[in-house]
Amino acid sequence: MNLTLKIWRQLDASDKGKMVDYKVTEISEHMSFLEMMDVLNEQLIASGKEPVAFDHDCREGICGMCSMYINGEAHGPDRGVTTCQLHMRMFKDGDTITIEPFRAAAFPVIKDLVVDRSAFDRIQHSGGYISVNTSGNTQDANATLISKTAADKAMDAATCIGCGACVATCKNSSAMLFVGAKVSQYALLPQGQVEATDRVMNMVHQMDLEGFGNCTNTGACEIECPKGISLENIARMNREFLKASVKG
Amino acid sequence: MALNSKVPHGPLKDKWTDYKNKINLVNPANKRHIDVIVVGTGLAGGSAAATLAELGYNVKSFAYQDSPRRAHSIAAQGGINAAKNYQGDGDSTYRLFYDTVKGGDYRSREANVYRLAEVSANIIDQCVAQGVPFARDYGGLLDNRSFGGVLVSRTFYAKGQTGQQLLLGAYSAMNRQIARGKIEMFNRHEMLDVVVVDGKARGIIARNLVTGEIERHSAHAVVIASGGYGNVYFLSTNAMGSNVTAGWKVHKKGAYFANPCYTQIHPTCIPRSGDYQSKLTLMSESLRNDGRIWVPKNLEDVKAIREGKLKPTDLTEEQRDYYLERRYPAFGNLVPRDVASRAAKERCDAGFGVNATGEAVYLDFAASFERYGSEQAKIQNISNPSPEKIKQLGQEIVRAKYGNLFQMYEKIVDENPYETPMMIYPAVHYTMGGVWVDYNLMTTIPGCYAIGEANFSDHGANRLGASALMQGLADGYFVLPYTIGDYLSDDIRTGKISTDTPEFDAAEKEVTERINFLINNKGIHSVDHYHKKLGKIMWDKCGMSRNKEGLEEAIEEISALREDFWKNVLVPGTANEYNEQLAKAGRVADFLELGELFAKDALVREESAGGHFREEYQTEDGEAKRMKEFQFVSAWEYKGEPKNAVLHKEDLAYENIEVKERSYK
Repeated sequence: MNLTLKIWRQLDASDKGKMVDYKVTEISEHMSFLEMMDVLNEQLIASGKEPVAFDHDCREGICGMCSMYINGEAHGPDRGVTTCQLHMRMFKDGDTITIEPFRAAAFPVIKDLVVDRSAFDRIQHSGGYISVNTSGNTQDANATLISKTAADKAMDAATCIGCGACVATCKNSSAMLFVGAKVSQYALLPQGQVEATDRVMNMVHQMDLEGFGNCTNTGACEIECPKGISLENIARMNREFLKASVKG
Repeated sequence: MALNSKVPHGPLKDKWTDYKNKINLVNPANKRHIDVIVVGTGLAGGSAAATLAELGYNVKSFAYQDSPRRAHSIAAQGGINAAKNYQGDGDSTYRLFYDTVKGGDYRSREANVYRLAEVSANIIDQCVAQGVPFARDYGGLLDNRSFGGVLVSRTFYAKGQTGQQLLLGAYSAMNRQIARGKIEMFNRHEMLDVVVVDGKARGIIARNLVTGEIERHSAHAVVIASGGYGNVYFLSTNAMGSNVTAGWKVHKKGAYFANPCYTQIHPTCIPRSGDYQSKLTLMSESLRNDGRIWVPKNLEDVKAIREGKLKPTDLTEEQRDYYLERRYPAFGNLVPRDVASRAAKERCDAGFGVNATGEAVYLDFAASFERYGSEQAKIQNISNPSPEKIKQLGQEIVRAKYGNLFQMYEKIVDENPYETPMMIYPAVHYTMGGVWVDYNLMTTIPGCYAIGEANFSDHGANRLGASALMQGLADGYFVLPYTIGDYLSDDIRTGKISTDTPEFDAAEKEVTERINFLINNKGIHSVDHYHKKLGKIMWDKCGMSRNKEGLEEAIEEISALREDFWKNVLVPGTANEYNEQLAKAGRVADFLELGELFAKDALVREESAGGHFREEYQTEDGEAKRMKEFQFVSAWEYKGEPKNAVLHKEDLAYENIEVKERSYK
């Protein structure tokens, strides 16, 4: 198929940036979206132009590095996938596709479609861990029983890949689905209880410092999340936060 | 230089304990005056950085991605082995050791493997304490599954995302240390050289991938944890950025490179669909627990399937060839990866491949749907369930176990694997070879260590499933933190290492000149043009089976391609900006050197062992034929061009395990 691409080009963080049109031809429906971008870039390099910069690494939907906003949706029109898993069969010959970076005040653009998501790392630094040192002497892994339901729910929350689609999608650029998922994973496990109060307070505090907005329960993040992280994680975080606030 | 593996004396089971009791330690007050650089933040690098920081060392960590959490360990699916014997099925430290040495086709170092098996149980304890949500059964205890090449269930897992969960565990441990200031994290940075001062590794030259700035970083020791080199094939299950550069740079500065030809071709990957393909996707080996692998018995059926006139589900049991179950009745679909891959290639080469390219076999879950479904019907007290009901109940169980894998398959192939068998074909997945290390995980450069997939140590000629995660975390959490202390105990009075020295000047100059050359070359072919050509040579001539003639051709062709690259490569943009093509050009330049050494290593090794299959050396029924005189590790010393590399041999002795023909029949 032949396509017209409208792509956000921006030299660096200080550049104003603009949309630029490109044409690509003979795109196979079996290509992934990023393979289509590879075709475009090879074309640009061959004609002496600068290729489009975009983040990507594992190309199997788990590293969370790829991050495009395609036709107004984070990771494009398909559901439950990242951009690298989006296939061209979702588009048709003659389509015009608009490609932008994930936009949020807390995610400044580095170049073209590449954004800086280190705010997510800093939130994790503030409490996204259990304070246990490495030793050969922690208790046996089966010493504490954990119900299958709790373990499964913790796992569901832990599948977040930290891509930032929730933030890019949210009209308030809220990171509450991301933070809620991490808080929930630990809140559901006995190992996470000891530090639960400090964790939720610190992580929420850092989230606010980074300039992420608040949640107004539209649920858009849940729909666009490539890993299907549920809104109930936000509710759980709010509950944990309330509990922690009362405890002080 | 003679190779000294530094394996401690004494009985196998006491070596590690005795060693730990006798090594030198660094006083906690002195640790804070010692710096360690860790390159890579996967399971090995992440766990090492966190643990070293917990101990009190100042750690500088480097990752080319935008966050430590993105390292490619995250893509590991199936699980992690540990000799916990929670299932009471006869597992033990010795049995895990035995399985690993046998699985590696008797080409790994006994003492290292035993230590790995010994600390495996600690890993699970540690990860659970960190909040890793491993799968559990209804009683609240940890669940296990079985993997290829073994007869026990010792694999712990977190759905099909075990690597992700373990990596997030290590990442969380790193985060705690980053918050304390004990780890300084350098994201979007790439190591481009190691700096050796007075014979010791004392720092690295790194490039900031956002600004293009070349930086000097000093330390008392340098740890390479940069993963494997499977991307030398262009197409592999590795991440797009996975590269050999860190390992190759230390090799060029004096570290020996061991067994480069030992590459794992994983049997269960999604077949390639066209020339535009940028990478291959793995389907976890755990699927072989419940899936049966087959091709049609008759070529007419193959033809009809390829033409779309027949569906695989139309074939009766009698018309199918479950070739693994036929050839290997004892292990069946759970033979080790090298054996399963070669068997798939054998059937496809004979014309039985089931897709348009002729390179695919079926992985079928119909029998599991029925087995699990019938069991569920009993549990749920459903009398006389219809076949549809049974299938539906069975599918629910399979969905709970492998749902994300089935979804991934459907998204890529556009077929529903619940209704029609999956198609799979082998793909490059893991490299057992790597930087040579001694028992301490130190390379032949004093103070330079290599851990995880980047080193060669534990898997011999073939790695068993669910053992990569085990090795990465064993090295990082439980081995390196001890062994590096022994070395650093000599450095407590050294003080801060200056970066303002002739050695740093020279290394930086070399790096800068190379970058400027690439940028200013203004050639005619893109970096990918060369990478794809290299990949094709590697796959055709150094792939699942190799022969003398092909390997000799490969050496010539790669050498010529490298020359062409340096003449004609085109790198757009400038050196002082975010420039992915420039970063990639440097990586491909290193692959073009490694590839040639790889072929040379494969040529010299006149035997078949594990992932290295030489057509000239096979038994009558087509199995790998090991040769006694090749019971050694090939460690290559850099001498300019790869063809001039000098071979050093580390002989392998097996005192605690009988070297037998490796049979899975």
